[in-house]
Amino acid sequence: MSKRKARDAHLPVGECISQVQEILRKRLCNQQLPDRPEGVEAQHKHLLELLKRTAVHGESNSVLIVGPRGAGKTMLLKCVLRDLLMEKEAQKNLLQVHLNGLLQTDDRIALQEMTRQLHLENVVGDKVFGSFAENLNFLLEALKKGDRSSSRPVLFVLDEFDLFAHHKNQTLLYNLFDVSQSAQAPVAVVGVTCRLDVLELLEKRVKSRFSHRQIHVLSNPTFRQYLERVQTQLSLQPGDLPDDKFAQHWNVSIKTLCEDKSVEEALQRHYNSSKDFRSNHMLLMLCLSRVSVAKPAIKPADLLEASRMCFIDAEANMLHGLSILELCLIIAMKHLNDLYEGEPFNLQMVHNEFKKFLQRKSNSMYNFEQPVIMKAFEHLQQLEMIRPVDSSTAKTQREYQLMRLMLDHTQVMEALQKYPQCPTDVKQWAMSAFG
Amino acid sequence: MKYFTRLRVRRVYKWRGEPISFNRKLKTCEYASLDISVEGLPRVTVIETGQHILIEGEDEDNPYVAKVIRLYGDENGKQKKVVVQWFARVSEVPLSKLKLLGREPHPQEIFYYQGRSCDDEVNAESILRPVKVQRLDGAAPFPDSEDQDTLYVKLSWDSKSFKGVDSAQVDSDLSPDCSSCPPPYSRSSFPPSTPCSPPAATPASQGPAWRALPTPDLDIMRRAAIGEVRNYQATMSAGKPRLAEAESMHSATKRSASKCLSAKRRNPSARTPGIRKKLELSSPEKRSVIAEDLNQLLDEDSESELMLAQRLSSSPPLAVMLKHSLTPPRKNLKPSVLLNKMCLSEINSSPSSDHSTRATTPSTKRQLQTLKEPALEMLAEVDNESSPFVAVTATPRSSKRKSAQLVSSRIRKQLNLLDKQDLNSDGEDEDEFVPSKKELQSSSEDDDDVEKEAGLDSDEEVVVKKGRHTAAGSRTSRSKQRTHTSTRTPRRTPNKKFTPGTPRTPHHATPSIPCRLRPAQQPANVLEEARLRLHVSSVPESLPCREQEFQDIYSFVESKVVDGTGGCMYISGVPGTGKTATVHEVMRCLQHATDVDEIPPFHFIEINGMKMTDPHQAYVQILQKLTGQKATADHAAALLEKRFSNPAPRKQSTVLLVDELDLLWTRKQNVMYNLFDWPTRRNARLVVLTIANTMDLPERIMINRVASRLGLTRLSFQPYSFKQLQQIITSRLNKVKAFEEDALQLASRKVAALSGDARRCLDICRRATEICEHSAADTGLVGMSDVMDALNEMFSSAYITAIKCVSVQEQLFLRAIIAEFRRLGLEEATFQQVFVQHQALCRVEGLQPVSVSEGLAVCQRLGACRLLLLEPSRLGVLQRVRLNVSQDDVLYALKAD
Repeated sequence: MSKRKARDAHLPVGECISQVQEILRKRLCNQQLPDRPEGVEAQHKHLLELLKRTAVHGESNSVLIVGPRGAGKTMLLKCVLRDLLMEKEAQKNLLQVHLNGLLQTDDRIALQEMTRQLHLENVVGDKVFGSFAENLNFLLEALKKGDRSSSRPVLFVLDEFDLFAHHKNQTLLYNLFDVSQSAQAPVAVVGVTCRLDVLELLEKRVKSRFSHRQIHVLSNPTFRQYLERVQTQLSLQPGDLPDDKFAQHWNVSIKTLCEDKSVEEALQRHYNSSKDFRSNHMLLMLCLSRVSVAKPAIKPADLLEASRMCFIDAEANMLHGLSILELCLIIAMKHLNDLYEGEPFNLQMVHNEFKKFLQRKSNSMYNFEQPVIMKAFEHLQQLEMIRPVDSSTAKTQREYQLMRLMLDHTQVMEALQKYPQCPTDVKQWAMSAFG
Repeated sequence: MKYFTRLRVRRVYKWRGEPISFNRKLKTCEYASLDISVEGLPRVTVIETGQHILIEGEDEDNPYVAKVIRLYGDENGKQKKVVVQWFARVSEVPLSKLKLLGREPHPQEIFYYQGRSCDDEVNAESILRPVKVQRLDGAAPFPDSEDQDTLYVKLSWDSKSFKGVDSAQVDSDLSPDCSSCPPPYSRSSFPPSTPCSPPAATPASQGPAWRALPTPDLDIMRRAAIGEVRNYQATMSAGKPRLAEAESMHSATKRSASKCLSAKRRNPSARTPGIRKKLELSSPEKRSVIAEDLNQLLDEDSESELMLAQRLSSSPPLAVMLKHSLTPPRKNLKPSVLLNKMCLSEINSSPSSDHSTRATTPSTKRQLQTLKEPALEMLAEVDNESSPFVAVTATPRSSKRKSAQLVSSRIRKQLNLLDKQDLNSDGEDEDEFVPSKKELQSSSEDDDDVEKEAGLDSDEEVVVKKGRHTAAGSRTSRSKQRTHTSTRTPRRTPNKKFTPGTPRTPHHATPSIPCRLRPAQQPANVLEEARLRLHVSSVPESLPCREQEFQDIYSFVESKVVDGTGGCMYISGVPGTGKTATVHEVMRCLQHATDVDEIPPFHFIEINGMKMTDPHQAYVQILQKLTGQKATADHAAALLEKRFSNPAPRKQSTVLLVDELDLLWTRKQNVMYNLFDWPTRRNARLVVLTIANTMDLPERIMINRVASRLGLTRLSFQPYSFKQLQQIITSRLNKVKAFEEDALQLASRKVAALSGDARRCLDICRRATEICEHSAADTGLVGMSDVMDALNEMFSSAYITAIKCVSVQEQLFLRAIIAEFRRLGLEEATFQQVFVQHQALCRVEGLQPVSVSEGLAVCQRLGACRLLLLEPSRLGVLQRVRLNVSQDDVLYALKAD
């Protein structure tokens, strides 16, 4: 090892690892675009053609990109835009306006943002002047003055498109689609949404003006493809790292990792749970952060640990932090649920149930005053383990307010198994069928 | 300017003299002239035939201009009518037609109106006052005058084109006036005042006006000044004895000056020839006002006057003058007026061709400064008029008299001092930044004040502490202006663009999308050509399949426009059935008809309920499109109300298209009420076409009084049948052979069965051309399979594919839901219940059971793409779950695996 290092003047291992981590993090977190979008080639071609016609021929279009979260809709759009702007023709002409339904929560803000991004003449510096009505008129006037052959095409990207459909009267959508269907400045309206029923949200006249082009992004990789993707995501490309030897080492270790049986099983479980890119990236990020100088590769154990963290049950985890009294109350609630088939309960009922348990045991270890029980009950409510049936808290006394347990029985039992030094009588009480 | 309320004056109209003829048939008497007087004022304006008059119109700032042809009334003198020949103002000519002029219209230009469709008989009560009209030759330039009361005729306008004025005709029209009308530059020698104007305004406009007259002859000027001063001594003492105190005089004059200015601003249109001046001045009850005005004049006047004033205030002759004041004021005033007039006549007779401002005497210099007031007034109304007073202030001082030289040198010194202080801070702004009208006005007032003070300071060493106009900025900016203008050419266009840094709303921003740097490519092959033609935006030459509807709308609008009446029509139909397109087509045809003179011209205005932020914006948009005015919603409503309810001669019909009517609904429905009420007014001449989707909208959302006004003229557009759709596409393609017949039929049949929406049909065909272009079998013709693909893409739902693509756990969850539904016999279950089933299914499938957190995540993912309908996620395991797809679809999709 040392001989090789001397010959190639390698970087120290620590340096290499930090570089690898930087490269991979960029890939996993910054959503670096792949060279070619996988699995959505047809959609890519369709969208590229469409936008090219707007940019080059000045044809107005409207299209929706629909697909579940994490299926690669934005990635597809970004790839298309990247490819589109490589053409000089399009690059010189196209104006882009990017809106997001989560940011532009009403038409007024959206209009201001559009005007700002278009650099229309009522923008001074970063400010848009005029009232909402003036802005709308100004923008419509601007778009109306243009025509197919002379004005620059405008690309409107509406992220979270479904949220725009909730705006009052859908004014913005109506006007954008109306422009796209009339002889005005050429526009392309691209909506991105994860709702499959998005067309049903549109009002009928808005819907009529929409061209009904929908591009569905439904990635459906097989497990083999999924595995390959994990491997390519983690592997280093030649040239990524100045130290070739380390890169080769790294790639070999990744390959062995992916061939490991236990790793494959864990990944299969992830694949079964969700096929999208994002949850996959989350898992790989957890693995990557466990790499250190002492352990300069991802080991199967790392991935298993990361996988365990991904699947961990949040509420069961929280149960571990409760006091014995609180746990007892939860068990009492569980019994009440079993008894009354999910009917809501109040503090008094829980306390009675708990007292029954204490009477049977006849030791006074858990004999608490009412106020203490009340406090524990409130703590559970704060943790949202229980929640009131109706939100009006003021009306009834706290002891008699009806509550529901927000936990599943399996979660309670599982937590009891793992609870450190849980008294056996409590455990037994929990196991017993009715009290 | 438009928002203040004008002083309403009541005018009395009376025939003057006996009727010259009596028409037995019509029982009308013709008169030679008409008297107009204002209640409470003894003055009388005489309107004679052949005179030009202003007639009350829609726009208060721009009344109609006409020439009196005939005056007549009925037997008992109740009705007074005037037959007029109209002139059109620039603002009355439609903007689109104004381009035909080929040049910038002069703001005071009017056109001899030869168009049809206007009533040339008006009520005498609508006459405002006489006005001067001057005919110019076609090539002659417009006289460079700040006078806004003289209007110029060059061309005639017949609502289609401009023509040269038939000189014989118009000259005969104009001749009586031209004889009495002075040349435009000397208009100020007859300062106008009308009986209808409040008296305070009149003298104010007189003083500066006559003194504004530039003359090259120093001698005459000096004589005039002396005479004037002498008279002023008398008038001042007569009018207001307490003015003996110099300071109070000073402040009082300033106050009065501003008062007069504001009064004048209120009445910019109130002027008549200056003969009336005498009358006005001699009316005793107005004495104090006159005196104030004269004081103002005195104060604003030259150094010589100041000196005199000083002498006046301190010297023994005061007593004599006070004695004068005891005599009736008329006696004192009269000679002054006479003298003034004498001076004027001298001035008029002097060679007035030389108007070079350089040659002005020191006294005229000051006088010229006062000229700002009328000039400013004009500025206020005529936006792009370059300000002439800049030229005036630029005149170099060429004082002859010693005292004047002394004063001017002191002033200069002071100003220089101020300049040095503020040049750095203000200087740059001053170059670029043109102050708004108001600022201009106030600064000009300051201007006078500064000079006055400077004069007082230097001559009398009286220190006048001026708390109220100490705004150093304004003063320095003023003085800056002067020093600047003295060194540069005076022409400055006030329209200069603001520097980008100025925090102001850019009023002149033009809405436009930048032009493309590279030209758009033209279609290269048949399919691209077809695609271009099939785009919804391309406007077809004709609209097939809507002939009947077209005819109905056409005849409706045409009859209303021809009759000059109003009416409403309600057009309904599902989206994409060509409602708006048909109305536009009708309007195109009607516009064409007006071009060939078949029907009278009309305005066409279009508003869309979807293109406004609030129903009340409808008023704003209508007003803007009708007159170009900008106003708030309430104000616009009031203006429109007035426009549509007041009778106005020469009113064109207005056709208003209200698209997406249902969005104009408000709780009180006043917008809709007004829209439907205006056409019923007698003088509105308004035709309202309304468009909405639902056939029974009037019954459903309108209250009775609104629905009743909408009337029963309804037209319903049926969805297109497949034959019509096919015809539409064929006519659009227009012999471009891109589709197989069967393919077209398939597309149109499918759309007709679904919605009958023509947009859908066109979109499908367009998509089919794209598919055809990329398909392997390159036949060049769009076939059945391509259309089928396009149809599938657009109309098939993605649910089944989506279910096929979701992960194993998600599919299991869907199955668990169905299992739970079956168990419960309901279409709804809580997550907890489903989760039990889910875990059981996991065990059956041999998968590791999932935790609750993971199960919830699966559920949320399905909810996000709306395969499931969920309650808010904060409910956790208690949230209820429903399927958004039918159970059969889910089972089908899962089985296919």
